[in-house]
Amino acid sequence: MRAPLLLLRGLQTTLATDNGALTVVDGVDLDVREGEILGLVGESGSGKSMTLRSILRLIRPPGRVSGEILWRGRDLVPLREPEMRAIRGREIGMIFQEPMTALNPVLSVGRQILENLRAHTDLGRTARRNRTVELLDLVGIPAAAQRVNDYPHQFSGGMRQRAMIAIALASNPSLLLADEPTTALDVTIQDQILKLLLRLRETLGMAVILVTHDLGVVAQSCDRVAVMYAGRVAEIGEVSAVFAAPRHAYTLGLLQSVPDARRIRQALRPIGGAPPPPGTVGDRCAFIPRCDFATAACEVRRPPLISIGGGRLAACVHGDRLQQAEWAA
Amino acid sequence: MLARIPGRLLQIIPTLILIGVVVFVLLRLLPGDPASALLGNRATPESLARINAQMGFDKPIWVQFLLFLGRLAHGDLGVSVTERIPVTRVILQRLPVTLCLVGFAAVIALVLALPLAFVAALRQNRLPDLALRGLFQIGLSSPVFYIGLLLLGFLGARLHWFPVGGLGQGFWGAVYHLILPAFTLALSLAAVLMRNLRSAIIGVLRADYVDFARAKGITPWRVLTGHVLRNSLITTVALFGLNIGVLLGNSVITENVFAVPGIGGLLVDAIFGRDYPVVQGVTLVLAVLVSLVFLATDLMESWLDPRLHA
Repeated sequence: MRAPLLLLRGLQTTLATDNGALTVVDGVDLDVREGEILGLVGESGSGKSMTLRSILRLIRPPGRVSGEILWRGRDLVPLREPEMRAIRGREIGMIFQEPMTALNPVLSVGRQILENLRAHTDLGRTARRNRTVELLDLVGIPAAAQRVNDYPHQFSGGMRQRAMIAIALASNPSLLLADEPTTALDVTIQDQILKLLLRLRETLGMAVILVTHDLGVVAQSCDRVAVMYAGRVAEIGEVSAVFAAPRHAYTLGLLQSVPDARRIRQALRPIGGAPPPPGTVGDRCAFIPRCDFATAACEVRRPPLISIGGGRLAACVHGDRLQQAEWAA
Repeated sequence: MLARIPGRLLQIIPTLILIGVVVFVLLRLLPGDPASALLGNRATPESLARINAQMGFDKPIWVQFLLFLGRLAHGDLGVSVTERIPVTRVILQRLPVTLCLVGFAAVIALVLALPLAFVAALRQNRLPDLALRGLFQIGLSSPVFYIGLLLLGFLGARLHWFPVGGLGQGFWGAVYHLILPAFTLALSLAAVLMRNLRSAIIGVLRADYVDFARAKGITPWRVLTGHVLRNSLITTVALFGLNIGVLLGNSVITENVFAVPGIGGLLVDAIFGRDYPVVQGVTLVLAVLVSLVFLATDLMESWLDPRLHA
């Protein structure tokens, strides 16, 4: 097995809102291995994006991050800002969902890459310029040398996402945090961007955490998948194993809610209800109100994420019963 | 972007003609006329008629206007009724003083507003923000002449730190004499700019691209200067341009309070003296100035925001 690059232990992120403190990431345990693509799925508000932001400690005060973020064995949580800056961009890169708003509209794409190179490399002026063109070329932007000086609004949606990836890759990070990088794009462009990420993983040996709510994206591009619910990881394991036999009632619900594109006019099978607002879960399984399998055993405590063999972990009391239910369905 | 300058300069011409017509007509709607203002109690029907004929005010109004336009095309603004010297010369004497005053005030306003807006935005709703906003609210809601008189009475007459009027000797003398009036003039503009820039910065700080910039691992200083400042300045520059007109208007009051021999004082005297050519000339010169400032801020805006010259 490849060594873990990043290890999250009991990661907790609290945001300050007008209604008091809000815990949006509530004890996330996760590991990312060198060179793998880990899918992070879940509904809106399940804490996927906040987990990514917490890893780079981009949470603004008075919001705070606690728990452990072990990056190559070193805990990032107690690091001071200057030390943290040496990690951001240089060792861990990040791309955002909406390239139109994540790229600065008034700076040319080239300048936004140069800025990264200036902060993290010793390259001289010309070397930086060459590297910038090289990066745009690497992410598949045609006529890169001419487009360096273009502004984000002069790029199409897919090209903008490529440009953002180029910016994040500027100083060869070992881990790329991708926050729904394909959600804002149409399907054909989505596919191109995913293929690009896969290719970059191969050529650069970089690991990726890919946040998405699209299970198709996970099936197509991820090695392992972590399913998040109510600020915590519900289940994690190899994509094929998890999709073939989910061991958390929520994962099962998610998989059943995916419509089959080949069948017309089928009834959708959504998970009823809505996820609990942050901070309202208490000492029981967060999924109970929406779960078909819930029993008294689920009320005892919030089920911990435990190993169920085959490198898989799940936080569900009824993992075994799911299997039979799925055959019945 | 620069290619648009000649076109924009030509656009100023119709604006000027329109302003010319309005001022020309409005002046003649005022009760009183130059001859009776000039002669006062000594006026007799004969002397009034003689002066009106001398100045050409006896001709029909549209003839007067065409003559005015014709002279204007040659850069001639006519002769002052009261001073009997060309209006252009009178304006050229006083204009530099006003330009210095307004320019000085604009610089003070920017120097105050820029850093304070950042302080207020970064300490949003905490003590520095509330204190600054309170202070500037006072600056914004007090009339210019009132603040001018307060500063004049306290820093000038009481403490003798600053002169109470006039222009002094030489460049530095002028700067010294203009500090108080310029500061007075700058306060309300600084307040407007600071409020606008503060909310612009707060908006920009929430933007995704600021988080993306932070995720690159660049220093907070570079995030502020490289990403936040430029984006927040876009609306503020437009507002700054619009307010230069207000600043010129306010300078009329300030120049009177501080006895600064600028174009504002000239305008007030000319209105009371019904000195039609001077009022027309000054108004047109101010209109040209404001138009040029608008042009400059437009150019500045499109330099700041590349989306504008797509």
